Amino acid sequence: MSHDIIKDQASLESVAAQVLELAKAQGASAAEAALSEELGLSVNVRLGDVETIEFNKDKGLGITVYFGQRKGTASTGDFSTGALEDAVRAACSIATFTAEDPYAGLADADRMATEIPDLDLYYPWDVSPETAIELATECEDAARGYDERISNSEGASLSSHEGTRVYANSHGFMGGYSTSRHSMSCSVIVEDDNGMQRDYWYSVARDRHDLEAAAAIGEKTAARTLQRLGGRRIDTCKVPVLFSADVAGSLVSHMISGIRGGSLYRKSSFLLDKLGEQIFPAFVHIHERPHMKKVLGSAPYDSEGVATYERDLVRDGVLQSYVLDSYSARKLKMESTGNSGGVHNVLIEPGELDQAALLREMGTGLLVTELLGMGVNIVTGDYSRGAAGFWVENGVIAYPVDEITIASHLGDMFMQLQAVGNDIDHRSNIKCGSLLIDAMTIAGS
Amino acid sequence: MNIPMDASIDSVAQQLLAPSGLDMNNLEQVLASIMTHDVDYADLYFQASRFESWTLEDGIVTDGVHSVEQGVGARAVSGEKSGFAYSDEIALSPLQEAATAARAIARQGQDKGVKAWTRSAGHRLYLPTDPLGSLGDKAKVELLEMLDREARQFDPRVKEVIASLAGGYDSILLAATDGTHAADVRPLVRLNVSVIVEQDGRREQGSAGGGCRRDYQYFIDEDRGIGYAKEAVRQALVNLEAKPAPAGTMQVVLGSGWPGILLHEAIGHGLEGDFNRKGTSAFSGCVGERVASDLCTVVDDGTLEHRRGSLNVDDEGVPSENTVLIEKGVLKGYMQDKLNARLMGVASTGNGRRESYAHLPMPRMTNTYMLPGQHAPEEIIASVKNGLYAVNFGGGQVDITSGKFVFSASEAYMIEDGKITYPVKGATLIGNGPDVLQRVTMVGNDLALDPGVGTCGKEGQSVPVGVGQPTLLVDGLTVGGTDV
Repeated sequence: MSHDIIKDQASLESVAAQVLELAKAQGASAAEAALSEELGLSVNVRLGDVETIEFNKDKGLGITVYFGQRKGTASTGDFSTGALEDAVRAACSIATFTAEDPYAGLADADRMATEIPDLDLYYPWDVSPETAIELATECEDAARGYDERISNSEGASLSSHEGTRVYANSHGFMGGYSTSRHSMSCSVIVEDDNGMQRDYWYSVARDRHDLEAAAAIGEKTAARTLQRLGGRRIDTCKVPVLFSADVAGSLVSHMISGIRGGSLYRKSSFLLDKLGEQIFPAFVHIHERPHMKKVLGSAPYDSEGVATYERDLVRDGVLQSYVLDSYSARKLKMESTGNSGGVHNVLIEPGELDQAALLREMGTGLLVTELLGMGVNIVTGDYSRGAAGFWVENGVIAYPVDEITIASHLGDMFMQLQAVGNDIDHRSNIKCGSLLIDAMTIAGS
Repeated sequence: MNIPMDASIDSVAQQLLAPSGLDMNNLEQVLASIMTHDVDYADLYFQASRFESWTLEDGIVTDGVHSVEQGVGARAVSGEKSGFAYSDEIALSPLQEAATAARAIARQGQDKGVKAWTRSAGHRLYLPTDPLGSLGDKAKVELLEMLDREARQFDPRVKEVIASLAGGYDSILLAATDGTHAADVRPLVRLNVSVIVEQDGRREQGSAGGGCRRDYQYFIDEDRGIGYAKEAVRQALVNLEAKPAPAGTMQVVLGSGWPGILLHEAIGHGLEGDFNRKGTSAFSGCVGERVASDLCTVVDDGTLEHRRGSLNVDDEGVPSENTVLIEKGVLKGYMQDKLNARLMGVASTGNGRRESYAHLPMPRMTNTYMLPGQHAPEEIIASVKNGLYAVNFGGGQVDITSGKFVFSASEAYMIEDGKITYPVKGATLIGNGPDVLQRVTMVGNDLALDPGVGTCGKEGQSVPVGVGQPTLLVDGLTVGGTDV
């Protein structure tokens, strides 16, 4: 699996130019088009045998047209001239029914990325199904061979994807680049008299050489799953909670939801009007770093062509910036922050302590390693989610815990942050270490 | 792309195959080429879809989106193995390429051939209509504007209204080596209203909506759209008064209708055939065992007219069924697609579903609900000394292996001495699938299905589903509030 990316980008660019031209011919005063093409292979191996081989091949086009302040959007997966004409016509037709919206339009021309830095995001891997199966098998074997209590498996998967995307608009912006993404994951099951438990681990990277070794992923999966054996409930209580690094990033993502333009102009956020105010203790610093080389969350420009840039979201615990696209920025009488389509690599500055030291710092409380459900209200900040993890006594893990909930208010949780770990989980777009929160309500038996 | 005149195989084939000159002989040849490998079963799934959505915000319709999608997926199954490839171009050459990629799952071997076509009859639960044309675009915009006005007029504390109207249809055609030859045209519409209310600086949200396999007229009939707007405002106003929810294990009364998400999460996923074949579900090997109190009978029913989760045929061409999952507390069987049914030695229950041509099918729910019992809902509430009455929910999630599930209440009240006393803030409820239904001690006579808003996610694939239940009393469920 491999494709000629220069040719692909050129052909996507020519389709983009064609639809912008069609939009203009239909009388649109402005237009923008986003196109993508992706190839991929995924294999899953279970109990030593192949379970699935899937070949992915996708392409798509989205076109948005503006007639003055009226807007219409259409999408299609068919790039034939007839289909492109239909899509543009559909978008133009919609724009005759939508209302004049003073805030609608392309991002401002002077914000378009003028130079597109090569962020080193494309490392194709011409992996054959046979090799993929071998690697996944090695991964699962390592997990199953780790301990005889591992009784069953959901298998190990390897997937490799690469693609090219192009964005163009009637300011004359035309940009494109290719990316790759490879991942390996494993999930196994342990069983005792109390029932079964499962857990998983995964590795993901732009470059396959940056993936964790197959056997290491398998062993880590096995170790994590075994730890959960004998999980029990605890009594309802109020105690400190340490979120392990792989789940702690979700708290930062709730913050981002709260400072996103859409939540702010709708006044639907627990962080409304907090710009310039203390939302974390003074030791907390959070940055957005869109141009990190070879990193999964990186992007040279956002989905409106606005150049992305490095900035502080939180400094000394004080909120420095919102997360805005051009539409929400206009509604708020502010400037786009290059976040149309989301954030690109949010990093919470690590502290001094690793997870073991943070457990000692916590003393007695709950280490949360899994969160379940969607009980987070961004409007009010109320937080209540299912959880599993470990009860900790005197800084040491005592036993696994499950079937409990943890609850508080996000605003309180942020202000009650006691420490940020140095154990950053680099796999996610939000790069965060373990987070220690002073106290939350645990509901159990 | 024009919608077929009817949902007959010939009409759908005219839409999906004719433009590229494909016919059933081509499909048979492609399937036969897959069967030259050691393959037990193969299928080709053709799909063409058209969808739109309109969104109102700040009193005006700011955006509309129109999308079309089409393609074909080729799957080869050998034992427990599946090979799968797809193309977004419906034509012979990409179809042959996809078939060649899919059959690589098995070595060249015994040629089992393709059986003679048997046309699946399928149900006629909904009409093959294109909802997009059922209302003029101007009327769609005016409907949303009217809902905005209604919501704001209903109470001056309403500060924001977001309303969205969405609809479309999928045409699907299936040809399989077991002789299955089936087609379906599936319309789907959805309307949603969400509001923000404010009082004394406190802001709360509420949202309501509905949908079904009909056209947009559904939302105009019986003023259903207006009903959603008023319901969203009512919920938001209730939340303005809400106090912190309690924390701990207590008696919980679940309202009728959408709270049936309990069944979907707590037991539904755990009864899907794939997990049980693999022995990874907390319910594996439990057929014939008691998994619920004898008050509980739970079905998965894809045969309800016009419901969001209903299917004339599933995505493997099997007519959907009304499958009894739990009868008077005893586990009767699982939901099956063809692959898992064959490996477990049972018949498919018409639960083979896929998000699109670009996804592999697997066992999925349709409309999952509990049959009604004897008690009036008021009796059930009156029986509770101290507990929670939860009537509206957001989403849920389950770990099918451990059986632990959660679902989050968005509207709930305290019950004290048999009386509803005050509203409490939303909270997550957590339980263990294999024992939560054993603690159902009262079942209401007020079975209701949800208004048609459910979407279920599994292994990255989303499909529309329905849930339902009568009012239930669960004697001990953990409520994740903050108030100790």
